[in-house]
Amino acid sequence: MIKLYNYDLSVNCYKQRLMMGILGIDYESIPVDFFPGQEHKSEAFKEVNPLGHIPVIVDGDYTLRDAHAILVYLAAKYDPSGCWYPSDDPELIGELSQWMLFAEGTTNTASAARLHDNLGYAFDIDALRSGAHQLFRVLDEHLWFREREGKDWVCSADHPTIADLAIFPDVMLSEEGGISRLPYPAIRRWTERVRRIEGFTIMPGIQEAASLAI
Amino acid sequence: MTTTVEECTDPVALSLWHPVVAVAELNPQEIQTTLLLGYQISYGLRNDGSLGAARQDQPRVELPVRSRYGYLWVCLGEPRGDVFDIPEAEEADRRTLNAASIMVNTSAPRAVENFLDMGHFPFVHGGFLGVEPHTEVVDYEVTIENSEVWARQCLFYQPQAAASASGGQISEYTYRVPHPYCVMLTKSSPTDPSRQDVIGLFIQVMTQERIRAHNFLSVLDEDSSDTVLKRFQQIIFSQDKPILENQYPKLLPLDPRVEVPIRADKSAIAYRRWLSELGLTYSVIPGDQNSTGQATTGQRSL
Ligand SMILES: [Fe+2]
Repeated sequence: MIKLYNYDLSVNCYKQRLMMGILGIDYESIPVDFFPGQEHKSEAFKEVNPLGHIPVIVDGDYTLRDAHAILVYLAAKYDPSGCWYPSDDPELIGELSQWMLFAEGTTNTASAARLHDNLGYAFDIDALRSGAHQLFRVLDEHLWFREREGKDWVCSADHPTIADLAIFPDVMLSEEGGISRLPYPAIRRWTERVRRIEGFTIMPGIQEAASLAI
Repeated sequence: MTTTVEECTDPVALSLWHPVVAVAELNPQEIQTTLLLGYQISYGLRNDGSLGAARQDQPRVELPVRSRYGYLWVCLGEPRGDVFDIPEAEEADRRTLNAASIMVNTSAPRAVENFLDMGHFPFVHGGFLGVEPHTEVVDYEVTIENSEVWARQCLFYQPQAAASASGGQISEYTYRVPHPYCVMLTKSSPTDPSRQDVIGLFIQVMTQERIRAHNFLSVLDEDSSDTVLKRFQQIIFSQDKPILENQYPKLLPLDPRVEVPIRADKSAIAYRRWLSELGLTYSVIPGDQNSTGQATTGQRSL
């Protein structure tokens, strides 16, 4: 069974839990005392990941770190439909890679702001918040134009991809970092759609979609 | 926080002991800084193991400090007595730890009231501390004893009451508010029902509308790892956080005519009345005045 080095309140670990929930993959969660224990910085954990961060998965004798790389692996290996990581479509996979890199940006701004506000990490909070707003403006406009084309998701496919799962948690918890989503109506409609994906799982701070469509 | 904040002038709040950090999370000779009642303070652990704290604008003036129940407590004024006692936590065979110190945009009394309220369990902590349709809060007993608020015989159906619980049970809680900004509950331990587990929320009041909530745990549990114990409390508290951050006004109104109570709020009513009697003004909207918090300074208004 896949082992996930996991912290329940971590946005990046949630991305893996979300993917495995949707694909119906059973996994074993190995809780890491990220806060306040800083276990991911311990010498013992550096045997698992020398970079000292989570998540990490172990699948048999295969070990992989980095949230977005793990999403690629899980979808490529365990999604027989090929929808979540459509590797046979060059244009689509290019687009998808672009948005996976965008998700690195939302993680390093919006989710870093959350670590500052919740746990007291010493970051330049004003820079993080304005960086997140810049990215959210780009995403909001992009999703608005997608909706004009009758498309619901970040990539141009007619189904969600791992790019949606990579960006969604950073966006959905942004208010914990003092970044309001009120100015971004297309983003808010998209988060409602993500929450209705079959097999969607919640985490503290992220609830299921309301039962009525907005 | 880059905005300047108003420093507390409330003599009641200034004379209290305030939790600032879990001592286990301090490294010797490392100076940390934080905000307490609007004052920037520095604190740290000396090589000889002693603790020290000072306001940053008065670095040579040592503030009174205490080390109790795993936390560093600091007083910004003249302390009246010691940090409150937790008799259960003195027992030798216990696991006592800080589950997490989490910052929240709310006032301390709002967080205390939320902690006292069982009515939200099925809706906010569904599957853990409550579950629908078991939503009824049966009547319980509230008293003021030794200048503390106590609520007893608080019964509630809980599907998973603790990290070590393996099924649903009716839990009986006793709540205790020994300090305007600290609250705890005791309940019988799943591993030894004749004894009590203690869960506390010791709140560091950073400003009137921002707190660092120290989640205190003192349990009889030899099996669960620290990580598992912390994890359970962190999930529970993270479920409360968005609820707390969406309450308005953030300061707690003490006027009994504001926010009409229901029966389940019996302990909240006693808590608000007790705060009024203490004369606390920091983090509340005093009952007999129209301005917010620290009303006597006249520096704030809604
Ligand atoms: Fe709660």
